[in-house]
Amino acid sequence: MNARSGGAPLLSVRDLRVWFDTDQGVARAVDGVSFDVLEGETLGIVGESGCGKTVTSLSLLGLLPRPPARVLDDSSIRFRGEELVGASARRLRRLRGNDIAMIFQEPMSSLNPVYPIGDQIGEALRLHRGLDRRAARQETIRLLDEVGIAGAAQRVDDHPHQLSGGMRQRVMIAMALSCAPELLIADEPTTALDVTVQAQILELLASLQAARSMAVLLITHDLGVVAEVCDRVAVMYAGQIVETGTVQEIFGDPRHPYTRGLLDSLPRVDDPGHRLKPIPGTVPPPTHWPDGCRFRDRCPLAAPPCAAPQALLDLGPEGRAARCWRAP
Amino acid sequence: MSEGVLPARGRGGRALSAVLPGAPQLLGGRVGAGAAALLAWTGLLWIGLTRAERVRAALSGPWDARLAAFTLLAGLVVVWAWSWWDAGRRYRPKTVAVSQWELAVRTFSRNRTAVAGLIVIGALYAIALLTPLVAPYPPNLQGNLVTERFVGLSAAHPLGTDHFARDVLSRLLYGARISLLIGFVAVAISVSVGTLLGAVAGFIGGLVDAAIMRFVDVVISFPRLVLLITIIALFEPSIFLITAVLGLTQWPSTARIVRGEVLSLREREFVQAAEALGYSKPRIILRHLIPNAMAPVIVAATLGIGNTIVLEAGLSFLGLGVQPPTPSWGTMVDAGRGNLLDAWWLSTFPGLAIVLTVLSFNLVGDGLRDALDPRLRS
Repeated sequence: MNARSGGAPLLSVRDLRVWFDTDQGVARAVDGVSFDVLEGETLGIVGESGCGKTVTSLSLLGLLPRPPARVLDDSSIRFRGEELVGASARRLRRLRGNDIAMIFQEPMSSLNPVYPIGDQIGEALRLHRGLDRRAARQETIRLLDEVGIAGAAQRVDDHPHQLSGGMRQRVMIAMALSCAPELLIADEPTTALDVTVQAQILELLASLQAARSMAVLLITHDLGVVAEVCDRVAVMYAGQIVETGTVQEIFGDPRHPYTRGLLDSLPRVDDPGHRLKPIPGTVPPPTHWPDGCRFRDRCPLAAPPCAAPQALLDLGPEGRAARCWRAP
Repeated sequence: MSEGVLPARGRGGRALSAVLPGAPQLLGGRVGAGAAALLAWTGLLWIGLTRAERVRAALSGPWDARLAAFTLLAGLVVVWAWSWWDAGRRYRPKTVAVSQWELAVRTFSRNRTAVAGLIVIGALYAIALLTPLVAPYPPNLQGNLVTERFVGLSAAHPLGTDHFARDVLSRLLYGARISLLIGFVAVAISVSVGTLLGAVAGFIGGLVDAAIMRFVDVVISFPRLVLLITIIALFEPSIFLITAVLGLTQWPSTARIVRGEVLSLREREFVQAAEALGYSKPRIILRHLIPNAMAPVIVAATLGIGNTIVLEAGLSFLGLGVQPPTPSWGTMVDAGRGNLLDAWWLSTFPGLAIVLTVLSFNLVGDGLRDALDPRLRS
């Protein structure tokens, strides 16, 4: 995809901790996550259900309900150098949609069922870009055309239930792009779609990103998607990032046993007889992360040193790192 | 019905619609719409022609007479124009999926009792608006107290006269305005207040929610009739006061319905998407949550109008509502109570009017519930 540009990162997350106060105790859903998104690049965040991916993405825009969620004070989220943790609700609202946009997993329910799709995209345009009704409608049709909806001029007046899942996700993308954001957060954008439609949507995202030189933060559990569109990858497990690197590094030379486990549990085209190896067990509940290495209970290589907390060890330039004492 | 056989559409249809609006639709196979238009047209025309003098006088009369004359003329124009437009329109049946509302209209129009109720309600409101033109006498006009008291059903007084020798039919017609107006305005107040408070409570949650809902519990825990009687007994009873009190004691149920809807709606992703687009809370509540929560509110409101009319009649019956000599159905039932055996028509007809009105609202409400609740849709 896009070449990485030098200079300061567009989004810089440091030591992000998002805890939830629940009846079972404090759920440390996101527990010390750090990553950068550079201008124009695609960063993938991968992990199983319950590892904190979605909480991470929602906390970036301050979309988590507080309480029960709380973002700890020493966390830092900087967008173009501006600190977002503790920013005013007003400031965050200004950023949302304008500079940072988001698309969601479930296109079936992400659109308001009572309005035609054109009205919904138009609402964002009129609010953020101050267009009048007519200009907003024209721009809406142009956007629908840009995201590949055939017959956009007629489709504008359709209600969401008249569209297929893939088309709805295209509408969501058009809505997210309406104000030309610099960063698009895509939370499992293709999970609810058919495989063929998935490929189309990913292609669309890639081409839009190239055309607009927009950065994308892609949250997914699907390594196939990551391999297809991402520049760099952060693998999350139990509220922490366990490995980071470029797509080539992660897929070619995984250093953390969890990353290796994820890759081994994927079917391979080049080795048809290969048996899939699932990772045994499930992610522990976020109220009871294990001490020491959090993957220890499920790790085939667990050994006494794993009982100590593991730090993210630098393995090379450009953010190559893994949270395992065996990694170097 | 095929289009070639009868001049239902096109040029022939237009010509026919110019003379007899509704006829082309009736012949073209849409009996309901055609019959309604034809009946409305002939009815309004009949009133206009037989009472031309009164219509002319009404145009420079008091505001309610002017409203009646205006309603008559506007009704004629609308029916005629609709038929003309519809007859010339190329009619193509929709085959593809339509919006939720269109689907609800379809389900509703298949429900005969509900449609009948709707027609009755429409006729009642039309009569209420046209009363100054239609009523045979002014509501408080007294006849000869010696010869014209307690006259039974007759040509001069179709529904008889009361103990002041006033015409019961005229009073019944004028009373319809009071009952329907109070029902409508009180429910409008309760729906507005209830929807807004319920949506705010459901969406904001936390302390705001707790405060609003506890207030709802407090209001609901009062027996409504006792509360009404107390408030009205404290002040001078007037139509304004009754309407306000009825409206302001009914909103808690709407608030509960809306809050419940909003609690489930706010978890839907389109609300999260709206937040992610930077929309403000008032915008999300007013534009995205409330329209989605309207279906059960419409049903509750329709049933609520019937309920309110009964309550108003009850208060008036007890002498706490509309005060004589202003005619209202409740006071009329009360006034006839003493002479039930020798002048049965005094209480019977206002009572029947109440029953018919409330029944119609309940039928329409049930029809709307069936039409708007997708879970009940087959």
